Amino acid sequence: METISVLKDRKYQIYQKGKDSFDICCEKTSLAGSVSQRACVFCGSRVVLYPIADALHLIHGPIGCASYTWDIRGALSSGPELHRMSFSTDLSETDIIYGGEKKLEKALCELIDKYSPKAAFVYSTCIIGIIGDDVESVCKKVESLKGIPVIPVHSEGFKGTKKDGYKAACDALGNLIQRNRIRTKIFQSINILGEFNIGGETWIIKEYYKAMGIRVVSVLTGDGRIDEIKMAARACLNVVQCSGSMTHLAKMMEKKYGIPFIRVSYFGIEDTSDALYQVAEFFNKNSKIIKRTEQLVRKETNAIIPFLSKIKKDLSGKKAAIYVGGAFKAFSLIKALRYIGMEVVLVGSQTGTKEDYRILQDMCNKGTVILDDANPIELAKYIMEKDADLFIGGVKERPIAYKLGIGFCDHNHERKIPLAGFIGMENFVREVHQTVTSPIWNLVPRRVLQNRSARRVLP
Amino acid sequence: MNNLINKEIKMRTNTHYTATRNACKMCTPLGAALAFHGIEGAVPLLHGSQGCSTYMRRYLISHFKEPVDIASSNFSEETAIFGGSANLKRAIENVVRQYAPAMIGIATTCLSETIGDDVPMILNSLDKNFGRTALVYVSTPSYSGTHIDGFHQAVRAVVDWFNPENKKITYRPKKKKKINVFPGMLSNEDIRHLKEIFNDYKIHFVILPDYSERLEGPSWLDYQAIQEGGTPIDNIEKMHLALTSLEFGAILSQTVKNGRESAGSLLENRFGIPCIRMGIPMGVKATDYFFKKLEILTGKPVPEKYQKQKWRLIDSYVDGNKYVSKKKAVIYGEEDFVAGLAGFLGEIGIIPVLCASGGKSGFFEKALKKVLPENILKQITIQDNMDFSQMEEAARFMHPDLIVGNSKGYAMARKLKVPLVRVGFPIHDRVGGSRILHIGYKGAQQLFDTIINSLLHRSQNTSEVGYSYM
Repeated sequence: METISVLKDRKYQIYQKGKDSFDICCEKTSLAGSVSQRACVFCGSRVVLYPIADALHLIHGPIGCASYTWDIRGALSSGPELHRMSFSTDLSETDIIYGGEKKLEKALCELIDKYSPKAAFVYSTCIIGIIGDDVESVCKKVESLKGIPVIPVHSEGFKGTKKDGYKAACDALGNLIQRNRIRTKIFQSINILGEFNIGGETWIIKEYYKAMGIRVVSVLTGDGRIDEIKMAARACLNVVQCSGSMTHLAKMMEKKYGIPFIRVSYFGIEDTSDALYQVAEFFNKNSKIIKRTEQLVRKETNAIIPFLSKIKKDLSGKKAAIYVGGAFKAFSLIKALRYIGMEVVLVGSQTGTKEDYRILQDMCNKGTVILDDANPIELAKYIMEKDADLFIGGVKERPIAYKLGIGFCDHNHERKIPLAGFIGMENFVREVHQTVTSPIWNLVPRRVLQNRSARRVLP
Repeated sequence: MNNLINKEIKMRTNTHYTATRNACKMCTPLGAALAFHGIEGAVPLLHGSQGCSTYMRRYLISHFKEPVDIASSNFSEETAIFGGSANLKRAIENVVRQYAPAMIGIATTCLSETIGDDVPMILNSLDKNFGRTALVYVSTPSYSGTHIDGFHQAVRAVVDWFNPENKKITYRPKKKKKINVFPGMLSNEDIRHLKEIFNDYKIHFVILPDYSERLEGPSWLDYQAIQEGGTPIDNIEKMHLALTSLEFGAILSQTVKNGRESAGSLLENRFGIPCIRMGIPMGVKATDYFFKKLEILTGKPVPEKYQKQKWRLIDSYVDGNKYVSKKKAVIYGEEDFVAGLAGFLGEIGIIPVLCASGGKSGFFEKALKKVLPENILKQITIQDNMDFSQMEEAARFMHPDLIVGNSKGYAMARKLKVPLVRVGFPIHDRVGGSRILHIGYKGAQQLFDTIINSLLHRSQNTSEVGYSYM
């Protein structure tokens, strides 16, 4: 499909290993009119804070932003489920003219009275900055009235990219954490950062740490609770997953509270083991921890290996395309796919950094296409050119794959199946297997034609 | 009586909250983006933040299970300060380069409206000629109205653009009875059914918008930047030559009476094309009315096929009468859709104890009073500008037997432990949302069967005996 052309201004955001020699261009705002797969600042903040289940999340703006983010994440809670409600100040024309501060205050007070949250987050959407609402002072006022933290999240959609939204969310979390004056360290303890309990992943990971003898002080933000988050400054180590969203907070906490951090991933056997060993290593004064970790990894790996080996036969040699939000996820996916014999022919991310892309370039085989902030046309072009059998992405990528007769695996926040940890690897491989080996591809026109011409070529 | 119930419910549930909790509506640009997707070769472009496009894409994709590309002018901080002109221009250029569209449907957002971007002026100042790409603009500030207003306004804007005031009426075909059809926001299957009906009548028609194929097409052989299907622009350009327009929506019709312009009324005012307005033809009575109008228009009787559908439907009403009669339903959604649905439920004896909508046109109650008989009206609560939390609080005291509406009511249905019959838009938790048929005798048949079977399913499952017959 060489016929589909790529926008000139995006040329340096598309890199083919072995063919191109430039430095991939990234971390810029999306090109107007390019139909980016990215969302906005608000989206970044919303996804990070969303799993905090006992907080009130009030979206200050017209209705759309709240409507489109109502219960869209598979972030589970073991208790309260206030995060699954969608609250909006639902600004109308008169509010735009006269300002929305009064409405915001009233809305906040009523909701706090009704739902008794442990804290409230107030998300500013695009027009709040424009109409000049002083959200900060409304929050302060309500806080003093109601006696719970009321924290503004500066997430006006146009003020940057999704990454700036992550930052705004981290600032809000930082605001919450610093309120606790007790800073004494809790023995052998960690915070889990950038883990959102999609399909119960937090619970899986917490179990591992429990088995290792490590105390988890707080999870930011999977199955999150305000009181736990407020204790975060008391942990000995921050273990950061989904580094794109949470490194900012980790750095802040390092500076402020002297908590070191490590970057990990809980996806795939290799990375999960690495993550657990890294944490064990940190607490190496206690030799029991290392021993327990070894036992745990061995036990968990042995439990899934028979299944993986069985399935590997069917998947070996198949080609995969990956398009995810943060690039760190892609590293793990590449390794996990390799483990089952699959080759990655396309990999891209919405928010990767220069360093991320350098790592990707090193990891990938020759011919692999690397994309920053891609759009549907580019994704379709390259998955066709590379003839992928599987596409790993989110909701917006799914129809592109399906329309072209390619299997799909959801690796985004809407999924309901946990993919973290060892059991997650089994789930992931099962899902990949289900979609790639489905008999329906034999009926899809593009595949039918391909099979037909393939047969013709054969002697 | 009605007021009494209303008062009682308000008293018992304290329904008023300043905040909207689980909205039963979407914002205006979403409706516009969907309408633009119903035009052949058109690409929607939202003038605002990247997030608006992406969120709406996600929302629409989750319903249609199809690619739904929506471009964005992608505001940055500087754009918000200095105006969106440069971004909009660049966005148009890039959309033209990537999609080579026949039309770009430009819809504003809260952001571009609030900073006061004058989009028509920006479009006028474009120094580049985009060849055959028409640039159609609609104002859709997200803070006024709901998605349905954006939808209707986008349709109006398209008709306006392609049928300008100074368009010379070269000829008006005498023999070809061409009519314009503005169905509003219906399902793909509804649009297909409408087309089938018009084809069976052998009427020449233009239906706008028509996303029935474009947002539910076959698998691709090759990449399609813009999926096939949609109302051809050639046909939209000839709308001013039609004999009549047909516009669904009782509430839309009221807003027109109140001075707002719709696609139908624009053609009426500008070219003297009469416009027949009616509610969405859901249920026997409304569909009878629809066919009666077609009969008058064409001078042809209702094709036998539809007569048969009707009598089969009524026969099935008889077979199922006891299972639905006096059952209580909570219904919600976009106002016109709820009015259509209420009419259908009323005629089979289901009492729509709560008719709710997130919209607030001001005509909701009036529209419902038109389609429901007095004895039912006495037993129901009508509430516009309502969200799902209020609905849930109110419904708790109504003990409904079922809930009928889009999939966003699931949380409420689950809490109330009442079966949800999924209709309308969006359907995010099931496949086939675009294949639900609501209109015509056939649509009523499908709704009727689904509703009865849901009720049976529940009574069978909760029965201690578990009969294997009805």
